[in-house]
Amino acid sequence: MKSFTYVRAKSPADAASMAASTSGARFIAGGTNLLDLMKLEIETPPHLIDVNGLGLDKIEDTPSGGLRIGALVRNTDLAADDRVRRDYGVLSRALLAGASGQLRNKATTAGNLLQRTRCPYFYDTAQACNKRQPGSGCSAVRGFSRQHAIIGASTACIATHPSDMAVAMRVLDAAVETVLPNGKSRQIKMKDFHRLPGATPHIETSLQSGEFITAVTLPKPLGGTHVYHKVRDRASYAFALVSVAAVIQADGRGRVAFGGVAHKPWRVEAAERELPNGAAAVAARVFADAVPTPENEFKRILAERTLAGVLSETRGRS
Amino acid sequence: MSNPANISTSRRDVLRAGGAVAAVSGMASRAAAQPTEISLPVTSQVHLQVNGKPQTLELDLRTTLLDALREHLHLTGTKKGCDHGQCGACTVLVEGRRINSCLSLAVMHEGEAITTIEGLGTPDNLHPMQAAFIKHDGYQCGYCTPGQICSAVAVLDEIKAGLPSHVTTDLTATPELSAVEMRERMSGNICRCGAYSNIIEAMSEVGGLTA
Ligand SMILES: Cc1cc2nc3c(=O)[nH]c(=O)nc-3n(C[C@H](O)[C@H](O)[C@H](O)COP(=O)(O)OP(=O)(O)OC[C@H]3O[C@@H](n4cnc5c(N)ncnc54)[C@H](O)[C@@H]3O)c2cc1C
Ligand code: SF4
Repeated sequence: MKSFTYVRAKSPADAASMAASTSGARFIAGGTNLLDLMKLEIETPPHLIDVNGLGLDKIEDTPSGGLRIGALVRNTDLAADDRVRRDYGVLSRALLAGASGQLRNKATTAGNLLQRTRCPYFYDTAQACNKRQPGSGCSAVRGFSRQHAIIGASTACIATHPSDMAVAMRVLDAAVETVLPNGKSRQIKMKDFHRLPGATPHIETSLQSGEFITAVTLPKPLGGTHVYHKVRDRASYAFALVSVAAVIQADGRGRVAFGGVAHKPWRVEAAERELPNGAAAVAARVFADAVPTPENEFKRILAERTLAGVLSETRGRS
Repeated sequence: MSNPANISTSRRDVLRAGGAVAAVSGMASRAAAQPTEISLPVTSQVHLQVNGKPQTLELDLRTTLLDALREHLHLTGTKKGCDHGQCGACTVLVEGRRINSCLSLAVMHEGEAITTIEGLGTPDNLHPMQAAFIKHDGYQCGYCTPGQICSAVAVLDEIKAGLPSHVTTDLTATPELSAVEMRERMSGNICRCGAYSNIIEAMSEVGGLTA
């Protein structure tokens, strides 16, 4: 690990302004992704800003009937919150399907959204990777690509976003609240938060330099049946090959987003109209532009079948 | 939550930090352009409450909680397996909650209470979970065992506190103590020898689960 200096932020605005004025500085929350990457010297921040002591660990009701989740709320606490379990079950389910009990005790809401890809070439500093080292090339395109994206990728990068929580946040139309280095705050819709790789896969979100996440807000509850199905190589403690987050109403209409298939949680609102017509109809729309590799074309079929499972489960329950 | 005690740094650390990054508590100046070549480690004083005893350590900021326990406090019961949060051998309890001590900086635990395998029980006065692991043969080589035991103790508490898991059928109900629940919750602790079924037996006994 490269040496660094360390400071505890005094307020969200203080965190943002310090981050903007210090080249290469990073916020550290749970540390479960950042420290992992620092040990491998994939991330080499000269300065860490600890944001744990800012009181951003609360979940509050909003005036519009939703929830405001502090950026530092631990994944364990978010999944266990009574309101989340009752009204946003897809979010609890997604969180509980991710990582391990130990990791969820440390992992935070903001850190989870900003965790980096699990592409093995990104992790191997001996390999070319445009995300780790812009312009060096992408080893995955002609390498082992079983885990990689089947849609929305580019010739520069075919990585997926590994978060389960983010897929649920996308289906719930969450919004990310931030404070900018100039002290102003803004909201970014989940839809616009993560970016597609394009020619700049190292730029992963729409956050500006130094911009600090203070909370994630959820609109008022949708009702319906909430499901998160994750398919992976072992039954627990593994990243998704494919996942489906869905909120399905009694009349068969609803919302669905897919994880493990793209550089961001993948949701095509126009395809949701097909939900009453079954999984094949939805998947045909969602994955119309898919460009899989020979190694990951199974994901297209797996995604459709996982959705079919979700829909038959919700029919049984509503 | 950690108590924001001042972080002491040496003069040389400030030089290393240079113009850009000297915004450490107690040092207001971020201004003076200083040479950045001097690459001496940046250190900090850290206070921890380990197994009930207050400890003060002078640590390189890069020191993980795991290394602070093993290399500085010589509490080598906590094991270093993968050092990347993937195996669970380094599991300890911080303020009563289990975490991977390898993926956490010691300095981020200022003032916090840490319980390691050495603090759960002693050879003459074993914690019930330690005794149950022995009785049920919950290990073979034993390397993952301290992490397994710390996790097992926390898992029973988590179920008792009503925290849901991936296998909890009804999210709004209180989860029950069952083998399926315990197995899922223990998935962050890998055992290369495969002592899993005996570990669940040990946990079942301590948790009072009758088959
Ligand atoms: C073995 C293992 C298995 C895992 N399995 C899964 C899995 O199955 N599913 C899954 O979804 N995840 C999984 N994870 C990833 C885990 O969920 C993330 O590591 C965790 O959510 C990151 O949160 P953190 O608070 O620890 O982030 P940190 O490591 O502290 O930070 C991550 C990034 O977010 C930035 N950041 C943090 N807070 C803020 C803020 N408030 N504003 C702006 N930037 C911020 C940091 O600067 C850093 O760049 C796994 C991790 C490990 C180690
Ligand atoms: S897919 Fe993306 S992260 Fe993986 S090697 Fe290519 S550029 Fe790097």
